[in-house]
Amino acid sequence: MNKLTVSLPGLEMKNPIMPASGCFGFGKEYAGFYDLSVLGAAAIKAATREPRFGNPTPRVAETHSGMLNAIGLQNPGVDQIMENELPHLQSYDLPIVANIAGSTEEDYCEVARKISRHPQVSVLELNISCPNVKEGGIQFGTDAATAAALTKKVKAVSSKPVYVKLSPNVSNITEMALAVEEAGADGLSMINTLLGMRIDLKTRKPVIANKTGGLSGPAIKPVAIRMIHEVSQAVSIPIIGMGGVSSAEDVIEFMLAGASAVAIGTANFVDPYICPEIISQLPKLLEKMNVDHITELIGGSWKECGTPSLSR
Amino acid sequence: MKKEFVQVISQKEIAHQIFELKVRGEVVADMTSPGQFVHLRVSDSFQPLLRRPISICDVDVKSKTLTMLYRKEGAGTVLLSHKREGETVDLLGPLGNGFPLDTLSAGQTALLVGGGIGVPPLYYLAKELKRRGMNIVSVLGFQSEQDAFYNEEFAELGEVFISTVDGSLGTKGFVTDVLKNEDINYDLLYSCGPTVMLKALEAQIPDANGFFSLEERMGCGIGACFACVCHVNGGSPSDYVKICSNGPVFPIGRVAL
Repeated sequence: MNKLTVSLPGLEMKNPIMPASGCFGFGKEYAGFYDLSVLGAAAIKAATREPRFGNPTPRVAETHSGMLNAIGLQNPGVDQIMENELPHLQSYDLPIVANIAGSTEEDYCEVARKISRHPQVSVLELNISCPNVKEGGIQFGTDAATAAALTKKVKAVSSKPVYVKLSPNVSNITEMALAVEEAGADGLSMINTLLGMRIDLKTRKPVIANKTGGLSGPAIKPVAIRMIHEVSQAVSIPIIGMGGVSSAEDVIEFMLAGASAVAIGTANFVDPYICPEIISQLPKLLEKMNVDHITELIGGSWKECGTPSLSR
Repeated sequence: MKKEFVQVISQKEIAHQIFELKVRGEVVADMTSPGQFVHLRVSDSFQPLLRRPISICDVDVKSKTLTMLYRKEGAGTVLLSHKREGETVDLLGPLGNGFPLDTLSAGQTALLVGGGIGVPPLYYLAKELKRRGMNIVSVLGFQSEQDAFYNEEFAELGEVFISTVDGSLGTKGFVTDVLKNEDINYDLLYSCGPTVMLKALEAQIPDANGFFSLEERMGCGIGACFACVCHVNGGSPSDYVKICSNGPVFPIGRVAL
């Protein structure tokens, strides 16, 4: 019996592990390291209506147990992605999460309408949380009414389930989660990066050309865990958890917090084999924990003892 | 490209803050293209988190030995400098694309221009070109005499000119001053060094034919994270190359410096 299967709206996953959007390109690079079919799913880099070059360099800076990035949603545009990037993924047994971003509601809807109809795409991930572009994300992600309105519009034009990727850069993330759930979101992804900065002592200027960047990596894991713990108790849609996941133990921790699947981001940069390594370690870890199926763990940190946990 | 824990054979400081690290591993057999690089994880913990790109300075495929030269500068390279004989290093590589070796024919002359920590990849290149019967002329630039390294190693392969900013060794000034003063005949230019140096070379030799190896801050090193992208000359504003996976070696003039 496969102890790792997870079933989410639009995503039948062999295991709960997927590379996170922005940390996996469009899969080609990692396909040189391992067979992508071992993954539960894969979230590809954000698509926008027009090609974007992104921000000037330097775009990344290391921090304690983490990194700042301000790539700026560089991508070849939705048309090119559909024509040149998605077809190679056909050769894998792999559900694709298509991350979409934009500067206006019309942008988002145009990209959603197009990419949701691509046969390789299983679900959409609505990126309203990229902190690195002046327009195109975060302004939709910090106000509940704006986020809900956008979710409703994207849902109306998308032919596939829509997950909304939430920003941690808000004072009340549960309010955001409830608003997009009410607007029709099929699931949530959380968390995106935390807005941060580093200053170079020699130049006395920010290290990153964009000045600010999104903080990711192990440093943000406790923030993600706390937010998922809180949100998962308030909503009834599933959560794809992410934020500093680097080991099989981290995956378990996220699921106990309330995530139904787990995305791995920055750790892919440290070790390109991290996803398959974690997937191969999970069965043994479950055995050690005396858990028959991984979905039993979902929300295990707050569900009452003895209550059979729901598989989402 | 492979990931392997390679074994440290030796480590020594060969110039001010410049370390020579020799390692042995199966993966070294794949390192046949000078100009490629390896990505090292210097710590088992999350501190520092990311790998460090280090250029390939020399390879002995027979003994599976890789030589790397690096400057001890930040937290990562300080940790790397603590690695001792017998310890292992987590190495991913070889990554990127090296210098083409078949552009010149035997008997033609390659001019190698290196600046600072951009010098190391040119050594393996020089050896491979020499093996193919090409003549080597090297121009190496350093801050001062105490920062200079591998002068003798390059001298074994051909004529060497040195420049130092303070004039303590060779020509006072930059590699471009050497090129101004000396009448060097060559067929192809290969260069690696800081972007300011490559820019100065481009300005001084506008019709230069050859290859530049570029540096940029990297994340993943394999083309996935889009940290090290550069604009290309003559392309549309959204055209780009990734230094790590499309480069680090490019034909001169291709990348907007």
